Amino acid sequence: MTQDPSKDKSGRRAFLRNAGKALAGAMGGGALLADSAARDEHVAGATGTQSFPTEEYDWKEHRWAYGIDATRCIGCLRCVEACKTENGVAGDAHHFRTWVERYVYLDGEDKAHVDSHHDPQNIAASGSESEYRFDNRYKDANVTKAFFVPKMCNHCEHPSCVQVCPVGATFRTEDGVVLIDKEYCIGCEYCVQACPYGARFFDDETRTSDKCTWCYHRITKGLQPACVEVCPVEARIFGDLNDPSSPVSEFISKNRVQVLKPETGNAPACFYVGLDKEVS
Amino acid sequence: MIMLESAPFTGYVYPNETIIPWTLLIAIYPYLTGLVAGAFTVSSLHHAFGMERFKPVARFALLTSLSCMIFVPLPLILHLGHPERAMNAMITPHLSSAFAMFGFFAAFYVLLLLLECWFVFRADNVARAQSSTGLLRAFYRAVTLWSDDVSAKAREYDRKWLLALAIIGIPGAHGLHGYVGFVYGSLKSREWWGSDLMPVVFIFSAVISGMALCIVLYVFAAKVRRVRIDFACLKGMAYTLWGFMMFTLLLEALEFANLVYKGREGIELVMEYVRGPLFVRMFVVQFGFGALLPIGIISAMIARDTRGKAFVVGLVISSLLVLMSVFMMRWNVVIGGQEISKTMKGLLTYIPPLYGRQGILAGIAVMTAPFLLLWLLTRLFPPWGDMSPEGSK
Repeated sequence: MTQDPSKDKSGRRAFLRNAGKALAGAMGGGALLADSAARDEHVAGATGTQSFPTEEYDWKEHRWAYGIDATRCIGCLRCVEACKTENGVAGDAHHFRTWVERYVYLDGEDKAHVDSHHDPQNIAASGSESEYRFDNRYKDANVTKAFFVPKMCNHCEHPSCVQVCPVGATFRTEDGVVLIDKEYCIGCEYCVQACPYGARFFDDETRTSDKCTWCYHRITKGLQPACVEVCPVEARIFGDLNDPSSPVSEFISKNRVQVLKPETGNAPACFYVGLDKEVS
Repeated sequence: MIMLESAPFTGYVYPNETIIPWTLLIAIYPYLTGLVAGAFTVSSLHHAFGMERFKPVARFALLTSLSCMIFVPLPLILHLGHPERAMNAMITPHLSSAFAMFGFFAAFYVLLLLLECWFVFRADNVARAQSSTGLLRAFYRAVTLWSDDVSAKAREYDRKWLLALAIIGIPGAHGLHGYVGFVYGSLKSREWWGSDLMPVVFIFSAVISGMALCIVLYVFAAKVRRVRIDFACLKGMAYTLWGFMMFTLLLEALEFANLVYKGREGIELVMEYVRGPLFVRMFVVQFGFGALLPIGIISAMIARDTRGKAFVVGLVISSLLVLMSVFMMRWNVVIGGQEISKTMKGLLTYIPPLYGRQGILAGIAVMTAPFLLLWLLTRLFPPWGDMSPEGSK
């Protein structure tokens, strides 16, 4: 416990927005104090390391963000495999911290055909739920437009998952990463419901919620997230918004970027280039 | 190796959606709280509003409400990944969560019901303590909290408390249940749930389910005890049920009409779901057999002034249909919401497993438990004082 526990801004904003604040007013002070005091432990529970800042890393100096250039993605799914290996995610077709979607428009059709590697046809093609690939189902079709879209937790500025967690086990760090304290999570899956992006799932090993952490154990040591590291075409970009020359700062400043489902008000921190009307 | 119950899907759904997070137990949870609120309403019609015709069922309805309320947290706790951490929600409530206050609301409501029961049954328990011996006497003495003053002044004091508790209890019970509706309705991630009307629909359907349960249990208990049924009371419940059913149906229709008329992004998928997998569950079972048919039966019985056995049979059948319909509504909301993918491009199918903590058998056990408790409570604290064989019409 080396840090001065600061206020959880997103939690406080959400709290202020809460229509029931008057009802809860009497209890509010105590609970917020408990929140900030407990946060150090939550960080430890989420990362398996001590809390921040450490001697090497001060989370107040960073503001992480993620860029995805969908025009570059080739659907090789090395990111999916790297993520599963790096983070010990269950090797089946129902638990993904990151996944890739394939959008295909066929001649004469208005709507895209969408699938991902969890699709039974793709699993049949790979031969195993733990081998990720897209099958060749469109090889004889007249394809007019096709592209891949990598997906993951958007580490939103106003995360609906954090808002609904009844115990405060999931939280947003000072450097902008949404984490889960797996030693405190009760496994109610309210956050799984609340995430508009389908980024969360129930981890049967820990019996808690789980999702992408942007490889928090790596980025706090100066490394890239595993998915960014292995991407052969630089479709995935990661960096610090506080540093104007970081890859992600340049990606955002040099492109017209979009976020997924902006109407939710979640304000994602994953910025996309090359989306399409069908992508949601 | 952990066995996964994955949901089959059509179209495109996010990979993580293929395991349905909220299962049968989470459909049972709002059903139980609804029964609590409804049974409490029946009890309050007498205790708060002084409607004499509901007197024969008022105390029984109160016990029914208590029995269900005690088991409300059970399906939630059974569903948790870490049930042993359940109290975290009360130790460190995260106040921005719609669910953070559940533990406090539930505890408050159990206390309120216990307190109301204490006042309602106090005089009876004093009498029982005085007429029994040994352990039984000690038990009833303990239940009265060693207070044996049943003077007219003390009874008047009891009545004032009862009125106050019933008046707090009505918004309390309905608040607790409307809150359940808010837990779903406040989520922006699911079009099927994100409705402002959800809490109101939940409250009205709660009242009809609790009312229907009281009708069925009252008639059942009268048959078992071989006493005559108080028709004025039964008819009163039939009228009230009828009225609330009209409101419920109207609200549900309004909610659905809003969803369709607004026709936001993904409405094509919602309509595909409604016309396909949901058609039988919602339009045939929930609305057809569960709402229109009982409304028709009760309307016909009121119009023809049906009396006697025919009325009892008609009303019990209608009430059973209502109970089935409200459960179907909970199912269609909780499970239905999750069967429509967040991608708005695909549909999932939830198949409840038979065994296991989230299975059908566990669900049946959770639904049976309140009635075993109710049976025990009616043995220990007979609520029928006012309709004993000698006293009935």
